[in-house]
Amino acid sequence: MTATKSRTMPLDSCEEIVHLRQTTRSWMAEQRFTLVEQTKMMTATSELARNAVVYGGGGSAKLELLEGSGRMGIRVVVEDQGPGIADIGQAMTDHFTSGQGMGLGLGGAKRLVDDFEIRSEPGKGTVVSITKWK
Amino acid sequence: MERIPILKVGEFLLVSIQVDMHDRLAMSLQDDLTAKLVATRAKGVLIDISSLDMVDSFIGRMLGHMAAMAGALGAKAVVVGMQPAVAITIVELGMALTEVRTALNVDKGMALLQSLVAKSCSMDNHDCHEK
Ligand SMILES: Nc1ncnc2c1ncn2[C@@H]1O[C@H](COP(=O)(O)OP(=O)(O)O)[C@@H](O)[C@H]1O
Ligand SMILES: [Mg+2]
Repeated sequence: MTATKSRTMPLDSCEEIVHLRQTTRSWMAEQRFTLVEQTKMMTATSELARNAVVYGGGGSAKLELLEGSGRMGIRVVVEDQGPGIADIGQAMTDHFTSGQGMGLGLGGAKRLVDDFEIRSEPGKGTVVSITKWK
Repeated sequence: MERIPILKVGEFLLVSIQVDMHDRLAMSLQDDLTAKLVATRAKGVLIDISSLDMVDSFIGRMLGHMAAMAGALGAKAVVVGMQPAVAITIVELGMALTEVRTALNVDKGMALLQSLVAKSCSMDNHDCHEK
């Protein structure tokens, strides 16, 4: 699997969340992902981006187009150097929030994509990677 | 500062969201709508989201808040025009938005608002109608 296109984007404001999700969508439209796939992926991206801004104190996102073994995909990796998540199981649980959210960001994002990986270390930060295959 | 316009159409307010809103813009729309509902004493609000290509949990929560807030101020709220791909996505995200009344398009939403407002008026004046 190789990345045929890649772009890193800052995530420090709510405007940048919109910019990231719109870029994700336009990359997918170019690759002729279906409208439903585009909508799911951009929504998952938006959730992770907001978490990085709100809980992680800002961070960045890497967008990649993947190609290999006869398939293609799009991956978004969102990372921050914030406080991290002590209990990932709890954070992934629907309706759990430590803030004012609906607690659906992480669990919902996982349902909306094909691959979902989360790594977090208290005091160091959080990295979440999501991939949608065509 | 950028703002989502809120139009007064007869006794209703019409909000047509034409841009992908960032979170601060969504919050200010919520505040503006509250102020406008109080100022105009509108009986209903129509929120057109047909241009929105995504509703995540933040925007979904805002739609729920706007509907609840309209209700608290004695108005009815209807969200119209949700794209099918958006509807599929919010269900999978885990948001049912069951507390938000919806209609297919602006025309159907207007008709629904009118019937909701008419119904609540006849309930308010129940005694008069009995005589
Ligand atoms: N990047 C992050 N850094 C630190 N904590 C996080 C991060 N992302 C999520 N969390 C924690 O996980 C919880 C659940 O996140 P989420 O499912 O997106 O729901 P919400 O954002 O509505 O709270 C958050 O309330 C927060 O405590
Ligand atoms: Mg979240």
